[in-house]
Amino acid sequence: MASAPSKLYADDVSLVVVLVDTNPFFWRASSLSFSQFLSHVLAFLNAILTLNQLNQVVVIATGYNSCNYIFDSSSDLNQSFENGRMPVMCSSLLQKLEEFLIKDEQLSKEVPEGRIKSSLLSGSLSMALCYIQRVFRSGALHPHPRILCLQGSPDGPEQYVLFNILSVIYSFLLWLLDSNKGFLLFRYVAIMNAIFSAQRSMVPIDSCYMGAQNSAFLQQASYITGGVHHKPQHLDGLFQYLMTIFATDLHSRSFLHLPKPVGVDFRASCFCHKNTIDMGYICSVCLSIFCKHHKKCSTCGSVFGQAQSEAASASDKKRKTPET
Amino acid sequence: MNNGGAKRMNGAGEEDDDEDYVNGDLDAWERTYTDERSWESLQEDESGLLRPIDNKALYHSQYRRRLRSLSSTATAARIQKGLIRYLYIVIDLSRAASETDFRPSRIVVIAKHVEAFIREFFDQNPLSQVGLLTIKDGVAQCLTDLGGSPESHIKALMNKLECSGDSSLQNALDLVDGYLNQIPSYGHREVLILYSALSTCDPGDIMETIQKCKKSKIRCSVIGLAAEMFICKHLCQETGGTYSVALDESHFKELILEHAPPPPAIAEFATANLIKMGFPQRAAEGSISICSCHKEAKVGAGYACPRCKARVCELPTECRICGLTLVSSPHLARSYHHLFPIAPFDEVPPSNLNDPNHKLQRNCFGCQQSLLNPGNKPGLLVVCPKCKRYFCLDCDIYIHESLHNCPGCDSFRHSKAD
Repeated sequence: MASAPSKLYADDVSLVVVLVDTNPFFWRASSLSFSQFLSHVLAFLNAILTLNQLNQVVVIATGYNSCNYIFDSSSDLNQSFENGRMPVMCSSLLQKLEEFLIKDEQLSKEVPEGRIKSSLLSGSLSMALCYIQRVFRSGALHPHPRILCLQGSPDGPEQYVLFNILSVIYSFLLWLLDSNKGFLLFRYVAIMNAIFSAQRSMVPIDSCYMGAQNSAFLQQASYITGGVHHKPQHLDGLFQYLMTIFATDLHSRSFLHLPKPVGVDFRASCFCHKNTIDMGYICSVCLSIFCKHHKKCSTCGSVFGQAQSEAASASDKKRKTPET
Repeated sequence: MNNGGAKRMNGAGEEDDDEDYVNGDLDAWERTYTDERSWESLQEDESGLLRPIDNKALYHSQYRRRLRSLSSTATAARIQKGLIRYLYIVIDLSRAASETDFRPSRIVVIAKHVEAFIREFFDQNPLSQVGLLTIKDGVAQCLTDLGGSPESHIKALMNKLECSGDSSLQNALDLVDGYLNQIPSYGHREVLILYSALSTCDPGDIMETIQKCKKSKIRCSVIGLAAEMFICKHLCQETGGTYSVALDESHFKELILEHAPPPPAIAEFATANLIKMGFPQRAAEGSISICSCHKEAKVGAGYACPRCKARVCELPTECRICGLTLVSSPHLARSYHHLFPIAPFDEVPPSNLNDPNHKLQRNCFGCQQSLLNPGNKPGLLVVCPKCKRYFCLDCDIYIHESLHNCPGCDSFRHSKAD
């Protein structure tokens, strides 16, 4: 950690953990090439580091097969210029990134056909959160951390329609518990866990989505953690978007009009017909969602008593009225 | 108060001969030493120098114990967890709670940790409800009704912290029993009693009350602040709860937070049922309406009950107008990590580390902290049994207590995954 005098850690010192999507299947199809994207991002990272002397930047690559740290501004002691050409920061970052990409490529066994596959966001989010916890541990005064996801890959198949997927998880629940080889849909749960953990430690997750359809999942992540979500209209001007929206520190945000979340849908889908519903029945044992009253839970097999939820809520109401 | 058995070190403080004084006779500067017992946080190393106690290893071993006890119950069978809990917290505000063996007094310590507990509880059990009860002057009183908003409970508690009179276990249990009998049958009924007194002053036969609680399927747990009492132990044994006595403040915190994760459900304690719930949508930005919870006109950012269209400010809650339980889908997702726990990490034996064939990761996979102690000696570290990545102790605790994801496993694509 930077050993700056602690009083210098004012409210505008930031630690930005940037999660860069390096999924080759996305960048192959994107209108913005990966090298153009990198030049936007490098300029943005330099800008953050120059905004405040104590600002810190950590870059984590979110690959298709793996994730890894590729840059940490606090560990690079020499911020000087090398032969007057490129700052050491850029060259070391690019070198690490190249190593990472080669390794990531070697890990893929076969090229997936069909639509673009998702990248491993849950892994890089978890790593970012671990890093941020370390900063929290470093003392009472520390830079204010936030996470910025620069994501292009679509939500994974397991994240497609968020709560339809819950039903899939549930139909797999028993199978998972029985066979104990359930890697299949864990990633959805993993991403939700990371979001809730970020919310608990008050770390906002900003997200900039560069893919075609907007990512329902990143919208929720930013909404739940109090971050900003934005989908740039013109990718050529990515740098401008990054600077105007994502460069401001958390303290200054309260004075700015940043993009507001629009239409985050918190409704759920029932497991029986996959309809989106306003009101439904929840199994008290496994929390499966149904649109009608059933006699038996199709997920966990519990047998239900009579529909007494109406009666219960009526009695609750009765109990509450004198107090209000 | 002046505990002569306390670990005293030469040179730890200058006031070595104040031991026999009673607290009141001490000067203010002396009292700060006896109160804080600053010497207890020091230990002697091999060369006789004083060092702060290495709390890290200590905390970690405590945490490992907790984790093991949790995972042993979880792996024993396909354990069903009681995810919908109705918990009453009973706080003993009798004379004994004003004792100052906890600093600054028992009741202040209790209040502080109950606040933390309530927040943690709702974080882990978003669909559950809590109520507060106090015992004072031999009478049990209801401080707050069962509800899902942490703020209202904490506010009510902080206003009522005067202690007086005797404590009565029976009155408290009778009151709780009356309240918890009203709740729907799918809920798990629980009582957590924070008991300071060493006696109970009861109007009748407490054994009958205990049997009544047992019949009503209320799981009673007690955390004592003084010493173990037979009646508390008996109560917990009969009703399936846990009884523990806190040694000091940090131990108390640990004990109370153990009650936050959902306990394994006992099948006959709560019958499965379908609960009617609403998933409200966010009201349009800029719309003005009167919210039913604060009874104030507010602009934008609220949720509308799908049944009666009343407006509420935050989720999860119960609609004040029609009584429908209102949740959002992420609240349901939040409970899932209880259903999919991650495996505890294995401690790496020191002999493995010196093995030259064993290629050791230099940094913690999670936070990139160097795993080598000063002097290039590897410190304590843990390894994930699945992905074989090494983690530092701090990350281990964070991963299991808050994140519920293994960064190592998640950042490697399994061949089976797609």
